[in-house]
Amino acid sequence: MTWETVIGLETHVELATKTKIFCSCTTEFGGAPNTHCCPVCTGMPGTLPVLNKRVLEFAVKAGLALNCSITRRCKFDRKNYFYPDLPKAYQISQLYLPICRDGAVPIRTEAGVEKTIRIHELHMEEDAGKLVHDPWIDQTRADYNRCGVPLIEIVTEPDFRCADEVIAYLEKLRSTLQYLGVSDCKMQEGSLRCDVNLSVRPAGSTEFGTRTEMKNLNSFKAIARAIQYEARRQIELIEEGKRVIQETRRWDENKDATFAMRSKENAQDYRYFPEPDIPPLEISQEELDRYRAEQPEMAEAKMARYQTDYGLPAYDTQMITAQKALADFFEAAVALDSDPKQASNWIMGQVMGQLSARGMEAKDMAFSPASLARLIALVKDGRLNRNTAVKVFEAVFETDGDVDAYVREHSLEQVSDAGLVQKAVEEVFAANPKSVADYQAGKQKAFGFLVGQTMARLKGRASPQVVNETIKALLEQL
Amino acid sequence: MKMTEEMVDYVSALARLKLPEEERARMTGELEQILAYMDVLNALDTSSVEPMSHVFPVKNVMREDVVLPSAGRAALLANAPAPDGEAFLVPRTVE
Repeated sequence: MTWETVIGLETHVELATKTKIFCSCTTEFGGAPNTHCCPVCTGMPGTLPVLNKRVLEFAVKAGLALNCSITRRCKFDRKNYFYPDLPKAYQISQLYLPICRDGAVPIRTEAGVEKTIRIHELHMEEDAGKLVHDPWIDQTRADYNRCGVPLIEIVTEPDFRCADEVIAYLEKLRSTLQYLGVSDCKMQEGSLRCDVNLSVRPAGSTEFGTRTEMKNLNSFKAIARAIQYEARRQIELIEEGKRVIQETRRWDENKDATFAMRSKENAQDYRYFPEPDIPPLEISQEELDRYRAEQPEMAEAKMARYQTDYGLPAYDTQMITAQKALADFFEAAVALDSDPKQASNWIMGQVMGQLSARGMEAKDMAFSPASLARLIALVKDGRLNRNTAVKVFEAVFETDGDVDAYVREHSLEQVSDAGLVQKAVEEVFAANPKSVADYQAGKQKAFGFLVGQTMARLKGRASPQVVNETIKALLEQL
Repeated sequence: MKMTEEMVDYVSALARLKLPEEERARMTGELEQILAYMDVLNALDTSSVEPMSHVFPVKNVMREDVVLPSAGRAALLANAPAPDGEAFLVPRTVE
């Protein structure tokens, strides 16, 4: 029998606000345990949460970018459960009136398949604290620094049919949220987390099979592998005449398999009710219009613009716009009068090469658009040759060192004095009479050797074009 | 609505309460009375009434996204039953 996999996603994204959702503690990642906490986020009795304005703004902006309708009158609800990562014993979330509903995200998989993923809803809520078990004392340590960091949870309809579609969606989601500036979406720091709901059914069937929910997926790679594993596990169960149990399963990266979590965690009854401490929200038409007007240019729009305005190849524009920081870097260099094609070539070649060699992301790099613009200008003016410019780039990349100072200190400026070049060529001819004779006898190869020798004599600082022309001219005079 | 002792057990388990036998019987009766009052409310036609979640006519109470100093850790841990100077200690919960 042929089977079809049906997948829906629940993605939690930490918002890039400065403060927590209901108190003024910092949201900064890390920090010594329980130092980014106050009576509100540690759930002390008698405290009153007050919503951070920015959270509402970011949630609405994310919803607009995902083509959702906005719930103009919305409120928060209380989700009750006892677990020590939640000191209040409830999470303030949204169940009945989520801020955004009914969105649509067009995706394109690596294989070129295009489809639209429907968004069921997007709601605001608070993050929980972090629990670390200490085996030495056999007790669990609770750190509430993360408790109260604002989250949006984005729930899709079960519209995915394979891992490729899931990855394409997550990449699109990450790029959109980064362009909006509402989240940095760093999976390794947990600011983008994804739960995968998966079931299988005979191909052609319209009914859904029993689904499982997978947690602890910490990278796109883990998500793809977990999907493949879990679909196979469910198909095998059914083909053996067994039944899939609706449960939460934990992905184990090392064992490359999913395992059922305690059944207690599966049987939840959250007893939601309206959150009495947060008054309802009403979003005015003016606010909504303003948020809409503030939507930035997204990756696709930039790609199209770079192709039409700058004549860049589609592939290059895709690479540059994949990370917002890289697109910003490119635009800043162009704004500093760099030729767009040159800037693109440098970014595609040298900048991305350095980033991948160092395992870095563009947004963490020190190297500035001004330095790149300076390098491009020096090459354009004939004061540095391209190869030397690359060496300067490599030297200044890490700390964004001063390009001009480096060139000066290492005497790298191109030799533009025609007399110096001519003198070097004459010396090379005198030292290599056989090569000169070879060339005159028709051996083209000898020409390259003479160029190389001349460049070496000038310590690589001459313009290759000037050297070529000088050698050609002098050979003709012989 | 008829309240059973099983329902009381379920609700008290959710609330992490362990009721002695005599309280269990008393709660069953009291909860049934409370639910009976809900029946009175249910008898009313509310089809044209908007659900109310908050009593006071207050809306959009928000603050600016400006960081203020957090509380001192020692003060936060002061009332915890088992702090270790840095964190709140709780019984093993992580699998």
